[in-house]
Amino acid sequence: MSSPATLRKTAAVTVAAKPILELRDVKISYITRAGRIDVVPALSFSLAKGEALGLVGESGCGKSTVAYAIMKYLGGAGRITNGQILFNGQDMASMSEDQLRQIRGSKLAMVYQDPMSSLNPTMRIGRQLEEVPMLHMKVGREEARQRAIRFLGEVNLPDPELIMERYPHQLSGGQQQRVVIAMALMAEPDLLVMDEPTTGLDVTVEAAVLDLVAQLRHKHDTAIIFISHNLGTVLRVCDRVGVMYFGELVEEGPIKEVFANPRHPYTRGLLDSIPTMGADKHSRRLSPIAGQVPSALARPVGCGFASRCSFCEPATCTTVPIPTIAIPGEARHQAKCVRLSELPPHRRFQVVPGEATAEIAKSGETVLGIDHLYKIYRPSGTIFDSKPAEVRALTDIELSAERGRTLAIVGESGCGKSSLAKVLTGIEVATQGKVKLIDWEIGHVPVEKRNQAQKKSIQMVFQNPDSTLNPSHTVGFAIRRALQRLRGISASQAKTQAAELLRLVNLPMEFVNRRPRQLSGGQKQRVAIARALAGDPALIIADEPVSALDVSVQAAIINLLIDLQDKRDATLVFISHDLSVVRFLADHVAVMYLGRVVEYGTVEQVYAPPYHPYTEALLSAAPVAEVGKERERIILEGTIPSATKQIPGCPFASRCPRKIGSICDDQPPPEHVTQQGHRIACHIPLGDLAKLNTRAAE
Amino acid sequence: MAQAEQALKVKSSGRFWRRLKLLTESPIGVAGAMLVLFWVFVAIFAPWLAPYDPNANNYEALADPLPNDMFLLGTDNQGRDILSRIIWGSRTVLIVAPVATFCAYVVGCILGLLSGYYRGWVDSVISRLADILLSFPAIVLYILIIMRLGPSAINVIVAVIFVASPQIIRIVRGITLEQRELDYVTAAKMRGESAIYIMLVEILPNTRGPLIVDSCLRMGYTTIQIGVLGFLGLGLPPPDPDWGGMVQETYSMMSTWPHMSLYPAIAISSLVVGFSLLADGLREISLRD
Repeated sequence: MSSPATLRKTAAVTVAAKPILELRDVKISYITRAGRIDVVPALSFSLAKGEALGLVGESGCGKSTVAYAIMKYLGGAGRITNGQILFNGQDMASMSEDQLRQIRGSKLAMVYQDPMSSLNPTMRIGRQLEEVPMLHMKVGREEARQRAIRFLGEVNLPDPELIMERYPHQLSGGQQQRVVIAMALMAEPDLLVMDEPTTGLDVTVEAAVLDLVAQLRHKHDTAIIFISHNLGTVLRVCDRVGVMYFGELVEEGPIKEVFANPRHPYTRGLLDSIPTMGADKHSRRLSPIAGQVPSALARPVGCGFASRCSFCEPATCTTVPIPTIAIPGEARHQAKCVRLSELPPHRRFQVVPGEATAEIAKSGETVLGIDHLYKIYRPSGTIFDSKPAEVRALTDIELSAERGRTLAIVGESGCGKSSLAKVLTGIEVATQGKVKLIDWEIGHVPVEKRNQAQKKSIQMVFQNPDSTLNPSHTVGFAIRRALQRLRGISASQAKTQAAELLRLVNLPMEFVNRRPRQLSGGQKQRVAIARALAGDPALIIADEPVSALDVSVQAAIINLLIDLQDKRDATLVFISHDLSVVRFLADHVAVMYLGRVVEYGTVEQVYAPPYHPYTEALLSAAPVAEVGKERERIILEGTIPSATKQIPGCPFASRCPRKIGSICDDQPPPEHVTQQGHRIACHIPLGDLAKLNTRAAE
Repeated sequence: MAQAEQALKVKSSGRFWRRLKLLTESPIGVAGAMLVLFWVFVAIFAPWLAPYDPNANNYEALADPLPNDMFLLGTDNQGRDILSRIIWGSRTVLIVAPVATFCAYVVGCILGLLSGYYRGWVDSVISRLADILLSFPAIVLYILIIMRLGPSAINVIVAVIFVASPQIIRIVRGITLEQRELDYVTAAKMRGESAIYIMLVEILPNTRGPLIVDSCLRMGYTTIQIGVLGFLGLGLPPPDPDWGGMVQETYSMMSTWPHMSLYPAIAISSLVVGFSLLADGLREISLRD
């Protein structure tokens, strides 16, 4: 594995070399019925051999458009209306379709976000991979096959020969993405464009894929353009970063300099809106970026960010086009801001070590108590298979949440966190065990059978902002209906109350007549929160409420949740895979793996040694957007075992890097409980775990 | 503030007109709408537009039924003015086709919602019944039903319901299966909405996108089918004008007097083409939205 030192060296060596890719004043427009929209007005950058450039920014900033323009895949409406894209010194606009086809795939390859869309579901992996060298290198099938097997090995897929025989749907998401990367690398391209390649993957899988990309890049000396909305992942892979806003590169430079000392207010805003590791809601508030990316139909004369910038000075910022200014003393670091020299120095929030965070006072009152809860799905038999395997979604869950506190549930997909939410909300009923909400036992009561008071007491905020609201109903209707049903009030009362709720979630009054498609993702989530608050619930279940949002918006929603919790004294069950958000928001944390709680404690306990080996791996895998805070990664191999299997021992044994022997496979791990209530289910005694953890950290 | 509210009000009441304006951006849709509106106009103003009584026989015209100054489209085998018969005939088709299609939609939506929402045995029963009906060729089904019930406008509508609703059930069931898994349905369940409310108020409005396009196409099919029924002598009982019936009565004389069956055939196809083009236009708009 390459250390940061070698990274820097390669970057330094390649500076002088001829660029692989050069964009000169590229203007990209979409021709629509409404007129020509210049989504990218004038973009210039160059990329040397072996260099990795990250492109970051909110959605709608033109990152993907740039990627497609480089591939010349803009589609029917997109045009490059000005400027040049030079690939290996040759203008791509002058190339014929034939020439383009020759370089795509062999010299220029792309990896997309969704691996399934790049793989043909009807063809075996082997055949799809063999095609690449057969087409681009004109080699025979046997040689192509050998090459395919070699590259599958290179992307760390176990049993390449077996994988060759599989169909795409038989592989997990992480495996599929590795196959796609192998396919992209097989022709040893000079440039690899990756558009959010790890966004759909779990953190531990993401960490493995990112490491793989970094490693292969050095091995094959491939230049990379890496597009991501996640600043942490970019820091892991790239040596330079370009921050895009509104189709413009507002800041560009060596990634460590940019992240350590961001100059453009937008870059600062992005970095400030993500929780820094170690910070929590008691120590600071997140600073979201106000507003949203404006419509590209009306591009202002001056700075595109002016309307959202707290440093904006109307006279200087909005009247003339903004030049890109090199930052004195920092080579190749430049920003597009006229007030660059006047801006105060930026400091990212740092937790002062040793400063004790506020002790969580026990409120004492337990709102939610989960006691030995099991959820087993028994699929009904069909004529072909009368006894299908049962799926154990939840096994022996024991958790509680106090009034006004936040219980976070963390884990990767398939760990049972959504099944737990379904049982709590009554969409599914428990197989065994108890769920106590205030005074009621609700684990076995489906939502249709719950009484008015029970329905009112538990509400949910969902993950996907696009499906959480009915597209046919206005915002006002959604909130009024919830008020009428849950509080039993009249239509006119509901109207005034709905206005009240909109104000509570910081949305303007006019929104009552809007329909969901007129709202941004963050606004939809606010409406969903208002709807959930309609019954003034004692317990709100939030299932990944911010994971589909941009970081700038995410911060605002998290702040909103914290404020509302303070005001309403509601209990929040916050389901998430994002460990820094959980660290920031939660009071108690439960780490789940394969339907079991492997670690539970207060947020301070869980985020400090001793860790459960799984928690340790999760923490090490979480991408951190802070220079100098990168950790040694613990890469988990293999995939989560099927939930249909009966596992006699520890569920994590098959992937655990700290497995101590056959005892892990054969015997269920004992649960160590400290006096402070920190629970870890592991065969390794707590003292030894703490020692192992600290050694790894050093 | 007040101004903004006012603007918003104007905007929301203007939704229909905005949609209509959107339709004008699709030339195909405009062509389709013009054709359909032309026939609607003709049907509404039939008493004023038709030069003669559609059932009046002019025996002098039998000698020379070809189009002339008196009878613009000529006369048929019984000396009746073809133009007047086409004009009056448009009333039949433009009442029966929309009413029949609408009824088929009511039945199809209700059954489709039930089977998609409840799944399980409800779905099995409804879907299998629909499959049985779908396994008949449409024309055989029509003949069976009309032969059994006798030819009349009501029975044509009943037959259309039997033929068209299985396909509508399939469309609505598919959309419902997809929509019922979405979070907004879960949210509705969590605030205690009844199943009927969820089906009709939450899910049904979201089926309208594909259904609006489909209804236009289906209106075209129904027009053809009514024509076919008329042609087979299973349409409306004579002597009232019916486009399909007009073709049927005169097609044996096609080699000598082609105009007798040609003009009503053109009427049928122009209306069908109108509906199809309108459907294409609507689809184009819905894809853009």
